[in-house]
Amino acid sequence: KKTRDALGLSAFKGREVDESLFEELEEKLILADVGVNTTLELIDYLRNEAKKRKIKSSDQLLELLKGKLKEMLSKCRGSFNISEKPSVILVLGVNGVGKTTTIGKLAKQLKEKGYCVVLAAGDTFRAAAIEQLEVWAERAGVRIIKGQEGTDPAAVVFDAIQSVKAKGDDILIVDTAGRLHNKDRLMKEIHKIKKVIGREFPGQPAEILLVLDANTGQNAISQARAFKEITDVTGIALTKLDGTAKGGIVIAICNDLKIPIKLVGIGEKIEDLRKFDPKEFVEGLFEVEKE
Amino acid sequence: MFDALAEKVQSAIEKIGRKGRIDEETLEKGLREIKLALLEADVNYRVVSNFIKDIKEKALGAKVIKGVNPAQQLVKIVHDELVQTLGGEAEKLNLKGKPSVILLIGLQGSGKTTTAAKLANYLKKQGKRVLLTSVDVYRPAAMLQLKKLGDQIGIPVFLEEKEKDAVKIAKDALLKAKDESYDVLVVDTAGRLHIDEELLEEARKIKEEVVPDETLFVIDSMTGQESVNIAKAFDERVGMTGIVLTKMDSDARGGVALSVKGVTGKPIKFAGVGEKIDDFEPFYPDRVASRILGMGDIVSLVEKA
Ligand SMILES: Nc1nc2c(ncn2[C@@H]2O[C@H](COP(=O)(O)OP(=O)(O)OP(=O)(O)O)[C@@H](O)[C@H]2O)c(=O)[nH]1
Ligand SMILES: Nc1nc2c(ncn2[C@@H]2O[C@H](COP(=O)(O)OP(=O)(O)OP(=O)(O)O)[C@@H](O)[C@H]2O)c(=O)[nH]1
Ligand SMILES: [Mg+2]
Ligand SMILES: [Mg+2]
Repeated sequence: KKTRDALGLSAFKGREVDESLFEELEEKLILADVGVNTTLELIDYLRNEAKKRKIKSSDQLLELLKGKLKEMLSKCRGSFNISEKPSVILVLGVNGVGKTTTIGKLAKQLKEKGYCVVLAAGDTFRAAAIEQLEVWAERAGVRIIKGQEGTDPAAVVFDAIQSVKAKGDDILIVDTAGRLHNKDRLMKEIHKIKKVIGREFPGQPAEILLVLDANTGQNAISQARAFKEITDVTGIALTKLDGTAKGGIVIAICNDLKIPIKLVGIGEKIEDLRKFDPKEFVEGLFEVEKE
Repeated sequence: MFDALAEKVQSAIEKIGRKGRIDEETLEKGLREIKLALLEADVNYRVVSNFIKDIKEKALGAKVIKGVNPAQQLVKIVHDELVQTLGGEAEKLNLKGKPSVILLIGLQGSGKTTTAAKLANYLKKQGKRVLLTSVDVYRPAAMLQLKKLGDQIGIPVFLEEKEKDAVKIAKDALLKAKDESYDVLVVDTAGRLHIDEELLEEARKIKEEVVPDETLFVIDSMTGQESVNIAKAFDERVGMTGIVLTKMDSDARGGVALSVKGVTGKPIKFAGVGEKIDDFEPFYPDRVASRILGMGDIVSLVEKA
């Protein structure tokens, strides 16, 4: 059983709009990892609107904030681009954010929709990463193509592509090793993997999914920016939202970088993956504490 | 790497500097910028507020040093306070038992398994006979991951791959460590949420079973505002004697160090600085303080004056 501590905005109900209200709201937004810049922007917006529309009650102000957040996030909505056959989904991210787990969950969902899915064990670096993905492939009931630990990931991807060609599968999902966005050599490795995919399947990968951990603070912006610079990230999967972190950083990322958020991870089990729903996400932030 | 932060604090310095002395008004202005900078470094909001309050008292009372720009002096005060809060000197492991036991706990993906291997190797280099064990019965291939790392560094790994009871594995590992007179047993655990009652209870039972000399809480240096709640929950519900900060090779400012130290009071003992086994070092509070502020140069400038 888990207890969930919401943003605690219930304390804002039925109050007058005054300076302390703005200050407390600022605190709440920063505590949700929305980040200093975006928070100040939002508070400025609220101040101006409150003045303009002569808003006196905090309830109205909260509704205004909610509406604004929904509007911001609804611009970062996007569906999965897997219309081509075959489609390739390349999964990237820094260490330990949940790439391999998300792939396992996603494979299961796509398989249940009737797609023939294959996984490529492109993390040949981390100890037992291949075996970890193998377990997920088995759980999802999909095929996996792997190489030896320590071999070139691009070679594994090449093998996986040949296998997809031979068997006529619909979707290939490529796992990759965790890589920090400030490490040039590792970031450039992405080009090599992408080149192999594009050469064999023109126009692919149609989806380049960046996995972000909801527990991450301001550094997530730096991650998103660096990955976007090195390659065309088409979407974000936000994991570990089952913790207490609010993942407010996606608001800033959406605002600054306009990368669609596509999936959210809400646990370690295979069914714990949802489509990102801006409305639900914002309602979650405003959720009153539950038993 | 720290340009954005450095610029902010620099502009704060200029604002205060023009007046030539630290009075209340300039202090307020400067501290506001420093507050924002700390928040951008992911120091928890409440920790920042308390920290700023303390600084204000110290800075207002401080005599202005001759030949030093009061702005620089303020930054020096902030830096010193940060170093102090972060723990001054790097703290060593406190291992007394025979065998001594080190238990690693933390959230999913924080770096526990990697740290277990790094720590074991670090102790082996000091001439200790080390046994590793994994009681992670949940994550796919978790035990194999530790086994492979152990093989890489020539350290035995005790595993019961079929066993589903983590507490039982911990107990058996300790027995083996005693029987074969190892100096240290390092216990890697499954990642768990700080709000998962069942798994917290499991961690507590493992701890009761192995009675660790050190329970190290492993946290990712890129963690945001929630770090205080996470650290506090692990400290209260399981208990910890120290902290390991991982992935410090990222470009994160590492404000989480101040947050977790501030809220638990427990020493940060090590930093993980890469994926390789050797990427592991003692935690240096002064370096991290400068990193949070991005102000290394100015601090040494004041030191010279
Ligand atoms: N609570 C929770 N845990 C998750 C979620 N997604 C992944 N995890 C856990 O996070 C840890 C890391 O997940 P992985 O899938 O191995 O992450 P990764 O990005 O592949 O890691 P590397 O390959 O080492 O970079 C595992 O313990 C997962 O079970 C989630 O949505 N919620
Ligand atoms: N760059 C970098 N990566 C690290 C560091 N420490 C761990 N990692 C990486 O982070 C990822 C997760 O590390 P693990 O040791 O598997 O984390 P864990 O806490 O055992 O994860 P769970 O068992 O799933 O909870 C792996 O890809 C590691 O290689 C570090 O200091 N720097
Ligand atoms: Mg992985
Ligand atoms: Mg582990």
